[in-house]
Amino acid sequence: MKKTAFLGALTVASIAASAAVAQDVSTVDQIKERGKLNCGVTTGLVGFAAPDANGTWNGFDVGVCRAVAAAVLGDANAVEFVPTTGKTRFTALASGEIDMLARNTTWTFSRDVDLKFEFVGVNYYDGQGFMVSKDLGASSAKELDGATVCIQTGTTTELNLADFFRANDMSYEPVPIETNAEAQQQYLAGACDVYTTDASGLAATRATFEDPAGHVLLPEIISKEPLGPLVRHGDNNWGDVVRWTLNALVSAEELGVTSANIGELGASAGDNPEINRLLGTEGNLGEMLGLDAEWAKRAIMAGGNYGELFAKNIGEDTPIALARGLNAQWTEGGLLYSPPFR
Amino acid sequence: MTSMTDPHQGQFRLSMLLYDSRYRSMTIQIVALIGFLILVFWLISNTAQNLAELGKEPSFGFMSEPAGYDINQRLLEYNSQDTHLRASLMGLLNTLLVAVMGCIAATIIGVIVGVLRLSPNWIVSRLAAVYVEMFRNVPVLLWIVFIMAVLIETLPAPSAFRKGEASMALWDSVAITNRGVYIPEPLFSNSLGNIHLLGQSSLRFDVSLDLLAIAAVFLAGILTSMLIKRRADAIQESTGDRPATWYWRLGVVVIPTVIVLTILGLHWGYPELKGFNFKGGTYMRNSLIALWLALSLYTGAFIAEIVRAGILAVSKGQSEAAGALGLRPNRTMSLVILPQALRVIIPPLISNYLNLTKNSSLAIAVGYMDITGTLGGITMNQTGRELETVLLLMAVYLAISLTISSVMNWYNESVKLKER
Repeated sequence: MKKTAFLGALTVASIAASAAVAQDVSTVDQIKERGKLNCGVTTGLVGFAAPDANGTWNGFDVGVCRAVAAAVLGDANAVEFVPTTGKTRFTALASGEIDMLARNTTWTFSRDVDLKFEFVGVNYYDGQGFMVSKDLGASSAKELDGATVCIQTGTTTELNLADFFRANDMSYEPVPIETNAEAQQQYLAGACDVYTTDASGLAATRATFEDPAGHVLLPEIISKEPLGPLVRHGDNNWGDVVRWTLNALVSAEELGVTSANIGELGASAGDNPEINRLLGTEGNLGEMLGLDAEWAKRAIMAGGNYGELFAKNIGEDTPIALARGLNAQWTEGGLLYSPPFR
Repeated sequence: MTSMTDPHQGQFRLSMLLYDSRYRSMTIQIVALIGFLILVFWLISNTAQNLAELGKEPSFGFMSEPAGYDINQRLLEYNSQDTHLRASLMGLLNTLLVAVMGCIAATIIGVIVGVLRLSPNWIVSRLAAVYVEMFRNVPVLLWIVFIMAVLIETLPAPSAFRKGEASMALWDSVAITNRGVYIPEPLFSNSLGNIHLLGQSSLRFDVSLDLLAIAAVFLAGILTSMLIKRRADAIQESTGDRPATWYWRLGVVVIPTVIVLTILGLHWGYPELKGFNFKGGTYMRNSLIALWLALSLYTGAFIAEIVRAGILAVSKGQSEAAGALGLRPNRTMSLVILPQALRVIIPPLISNYLNLTKNSSLAIAVGYMDITGTLGGITMNQTGRELETVLLLMAVYLAISLTISSVMNWYNESVKLKER
């Protein structure tokens, strides 16, 4: 009896101990040990994150994941993409199933503070818009009284929509939907008059329609949606790695470092000390982060700087055709402003 | 000392816990219980500790904060400024609505198909078998999604009605669109109004006096009708003649109900195309129809098999005896076979009702706002309280399931073979 109780206590103690040990390993070490970064993305939004015909994930958010993987692991392809819906994404991140979430997620007070996440920056300044069929003849969101609105459930858009219609004293019929693909199906079949989500998402969705010209985005942008990657609370060093990888992409564009000239610029220290510090030819920024000196260089080489990522995935030459707008560098009238690498 | 000289005296020694077969099983059980309790305690304390480390101590305070989101199908009055608790209540009512509608429809489908499967007509019994096998062997989630897709893709959008490409059915009273079906709603011009209960709390609700009045008169009619039946039974017992009472029995139910409806000024509100959508009438959304149909057809297939098994369990001699007494086949079925078959049918039927209710949580696949969609979906997502919302959800489903099984067990007691 005594022996059994003792054994039981021992088992419990050892289980508790092993659980406690597992929590103390830093995220960077876990990723290195695993050899792969687990990155949460959307279930498929062309331009931001979607698998191509070969199953390779591509897109603007995917670019951020790959840059982080390149900085930490030295291999832009060492990423396990975990598709998440609006509903599952936070649970996936909080439970440790994914290391970071790069899924057009709006930075809000309650998500940052109450959900215990750390938004590391903004990679796309967005706002919620409305898409309607041209046949409907609506030219403003204020004309949508009584409309049936398709909306992705579990997102900030759901709350903005409720606020917008309440503020304008209009009624509507919400049709909650789990993924972008289902929303597209319902919208195209006319089961809802309006599809609302972030304007960038609407543009991306419209680009995949058979007849994109038959649908218009209404002029109203009813909310601020700063979208950015986020990590869990509790490992500040890992938060720093993701934050400064994103900043490195933004700074690289500002400093004129592109994937084309990075080999030349990174080979030896040049005239611009900030470029030198960024690319690790001067100073020890990488060491401070717990990485090697060339972390930022690898991150930028993975898919190019911020501007290159934007142009390749969602820029004006792509079917999605988004203008830089707010997402231009601060020097060009936009909001992109990376803190200095010093 | 005594134990050394006289081992057979009934003195208890500690080693007997392990070596005496009278105590051994109890020792093992107690040790296992302690081990189990330690495990449970460890799980709870580990969860609590990890949540505390994350800074997320369990708390249900979020339930009284404003929800901020809208719900399309709400059986009580609700707006986005109401609390999460009220939003959950809307979800709960939607769950109960689809569960009750589903159980009724599944039972009707199941009984009809179960009887048809035993039909001597080859085509009828084969068709019933095809239905059973098709629905029973495909996951219910696929049926839900499939029916929803069919509704969305094949039915006309409201804009088709505006352009005149589609028209309303049943003398312009029912509008069938790919957003749902609008049917006429009963309206009362001399309404008695509502009683408002529970003030401004999150659980407030209105009771319609019109419905109460109609229900009271209707129930009184049914009771009177049962009294008439009892009297007719007594006359039949004593004289052997059964007086014809069906017109009396029908009359006492229908005439007072019709009078009440006329006094209240019953008229129908028809759906009309206004703006983007139809207005007026009762709106049954696509999501409700798809979920209801899929759940009832799926569970109906299982119930059909149960009914068939129940009927086959009644020995053939019973129907032969009924035939020898001169009962016609449909009376044999309703008076002899079904009452005996019910005893076999009801216990598995309970578990199918429970399954249907639990399967209704697949509602989110078609955006039906049941309690999994409100409390376990949007509320969980907006507040980030996964543990609390999931615990609440489990408690709710547990409560619903236990209620269903206790009601059905009570019914089972009343029909099962009485042994005296």
